[in-house]
Amino acid sequence: MGVAIADGAYGGAGQTAAPVEAYHEDVVRAFVVAAMFWGIAAFAAGVYIAFQLAFPDLNLGLEWTTFGRLRPLHTSAAIFAFGGSALIGSSLYVVQRTCRAPLFGGREWGWFIFFGYQLFIVMAATGYLLGITQGKEYAEPEWYVDLWLTIVWVVYLVVFVGTIIKRREPHIYVANWFYLAFILTIAMLHIVNNAALPVSLTGTKSYVAWAGVQDAMIQWWYGHNAVGFFLTAGFLGMMYYFIPKAAQRPIYSYRLSIIHFWALIFLYIWAGPHHLHYTALPDWTQTLGMVFSVVLWMPSWGGMINGIMTLSGAWDKLRTDPSLRFSVTAVGFYGMSTFEGPVMSVKAVNGLSHYTDWTIGHVHSGALGWVAFICFGMIYYLVPVLWKKQRLYSARLVEWHFWTATVGIVFYITAMWVSGIMQGLMWRAYDEYGFLQYSFVETVQAMHPYYVIRGIGGLLFLTGAILMVINLIRTVTSSPALEPVTQGAAVAAE
Amino acid sequence: MKFSHAIIEKNVILMAVLTLITVSIGGLVQIVPLFTVETTIERVEGVRPYSPLELAGRNIYVREGCYLCHSQQIRTFKDEVERYGHYSLAAESMYDHPFQWGSKRTGPDLARVGGKYSNDWHVAHLNNPRALVPESIMPTYQFLNRPLNFDDAAEHLKTLRTLGVPYSEDDIANAQKDLKVQAGALPDEDTTALMARYPKAALGDFDGKPEQVTEMDALVAYLQMLGTLVDFTKINPEDLKQ
Repeated sequence: MGVAIADGAYGGAGQTAAPVEAYHEDVVRAFVVAAMFWGIAAFAAGVYIAFQLAFPDLNLGLEWTTFGRLRPLHTSAAIFAFGGSALIGSSLYVVQRTCRAPLFGGREWGWFIFFGYQLFIVMAATGYLLGITQGKEYAEPEWYVDLWLTIVWVVYLVVFVGTIIKRREPHIYVANWFYLAFILTIAMLHIVNNAALPVSLTGTKSYVAWAGVQDAMIQWWYGHNAVGFFLTAGFLGMMYYFIPKAAQRPIYSYRLSIIHFWALIFLYIWAGPHHLHYTALPDWTQTLGMVFSVVLWMPSWGGMINGIMTLSGAWDKLRTDPSLRFSVTAVGFYGMSTFEGPVMSVKAVNGLSHYTDWTIGHVHSGALGWVAFICFGMIYYLVPVLWKKQRLYSARLVEWHFWTATVGIVFYITAMWVSGIMQGLMWRAYDEYGFLQYSFVETVQAMHPYYVIRGIGGLLFLTGAILMVINLIRTVTSSPALEPVTQGAAVAAE
Repeated sequence: MKFSHAIIEKNVILMAVLTLITVSIGGLVQIVPLFTVETTIERVEGVRPYSPLELAGRNIYVREGCYLCHSQQIRTFKDEVERYGHYSLAAESMYDHPFQWGSKRTGPDLARVGGKYSNDWHVAHLNNPRALVPESIMPTYQFLNRPLNFDDAAEHLKTLRTLGVPYSEDDIANAQKDLKVQAGALPDEDTTALMARYPKAALGDFDGKPEQVTEMDALVAYLQMLGTLVDFTKINPEDLKQ
């Protein structure tokens, strides 16, 4: 069974009945280009605001360039613009291949999703700079942007499910389970968390329907599951297609993927309250959040094992296949952050880590190491396929990208570990007379060197991504085109 | 009959329905009781809706993303209580649409910053934080010295009332006037009615420019009331139990 299921991904590329031309790939190409564009924008914005914390003059004294307005720009660009474009694009690619059916709704609906989603990004981003925000982390866009996204998202769901319904494979491939859970759950979270009443239908300002402690709970139910379903489930869909594909091996364990899927989606949704330990949220809710966060470690690592062990018998490909190296390292980082997360959700640890840079470091080991790396792996794999090239322009450049980015992440997360733990300890330090030892601003001052190191780490990561863009542009413009041979012959020739 | 996962794998609608059920459970268990269990919000006195000027200030706080660096939630730790004051109650943010508890302390917690510094200090600090605190990394907010645009204050209050904030007809009818009175733009006006509607509201011409109500006035009025509504000397510990 495992082999049979994996075959959907393994040989789905127009292997039998469906010719490659039947798939709608132009919209996938557009999403890949958009993902790279927004990726660079997000990384650049991140580097800039990182240095703002080290050198506050970089806020420039202008309202549009303060940290408070640029930070949502950075997070939204990274999560929704870069990650979202990569997710939607890859899901539209994967669902067609593994179902052996072109997109439901055809070219037009595909382009509607693309332009609709890009419009959402632009409306949200320009709003942030002008101070239009509803003030909820990772859910900053105001009501009219939220409504527009809802429309685009429903079309996306219809196209995705419609394509699965008209599939020519008996089973729905596991990558699609994860993509489906991602689309459905994000819809649920988005609608509930963003319920709001505009002051006027002609104005941008609205008030969120929820207040205080309930709003806090709903926000982190949303916020943590933006991590769980946007940044995890969706990207696991990517893992379940692109790693077996690049390794040319079936998924390690079919049974494990079933357990992984249901356990992950059931448990993740409970984890939100660990963002609210020791706050005014009732204790029982905090404890539930902590317990489920710790249990969540198991399906997370089950998934990691499933991804990495898919390489058994093909480990040598790590040396030769640049896309696979990114994907597998991504899964490694996934394992690391999904271990760190449950640790930080334990109340005693969270008492120290919460409100500090440790959280920021944790997020970035996930965002840079897992999300961005799995995207890079996917894009390095897809660009030659989508533009019908024999190979990438330069494997050496990929190698440079890999190492600059990896070193950048290491700089970033170690700096944040040190500064976060140090800050947490300084806040609670008492002197020999029983007084608080440090004023708040002394802890700010102590952060400075680590903020500089973090900025340098980000700069390295950005540099790597720029190398990637150069490599991809050269691949499209000057890499030798794929010979017009049948798919079977191409595989044999490899 | 033996269960086979293949049934789900072959039916996308079934899979979608089961997925939705699976992901709904956690949220339902954690969120719904917070609306139904009465003790979720402590029974303390003093918490009131924001005055129009404070609300305008709060909207500026939200607009500028202050919550990205400042929390408004003091946890139940000795060091936090000593540094910032009594730990935060759920009741204190019960009219906060949206909540602004924050998740990061790049700067200090502001849940009880009200009354700790003078109006002048706040204005000078917002204009140039490093003039007062050389090690500060906060952006400068000189651009807040511009006229406040809150002509539709009554509409804002009405919107919040629809969402459950108990603004009275009186509050809404007087919204525009209350805003000006609190900011000292109508110096001859009696403040009794305002103070009856919004006890403990900070009065004054915050930025030293009596002729106009600025965004700075509104933001400082908001900061100056943060955490001041509940009188913790008069509290029965039993009432704080959730």
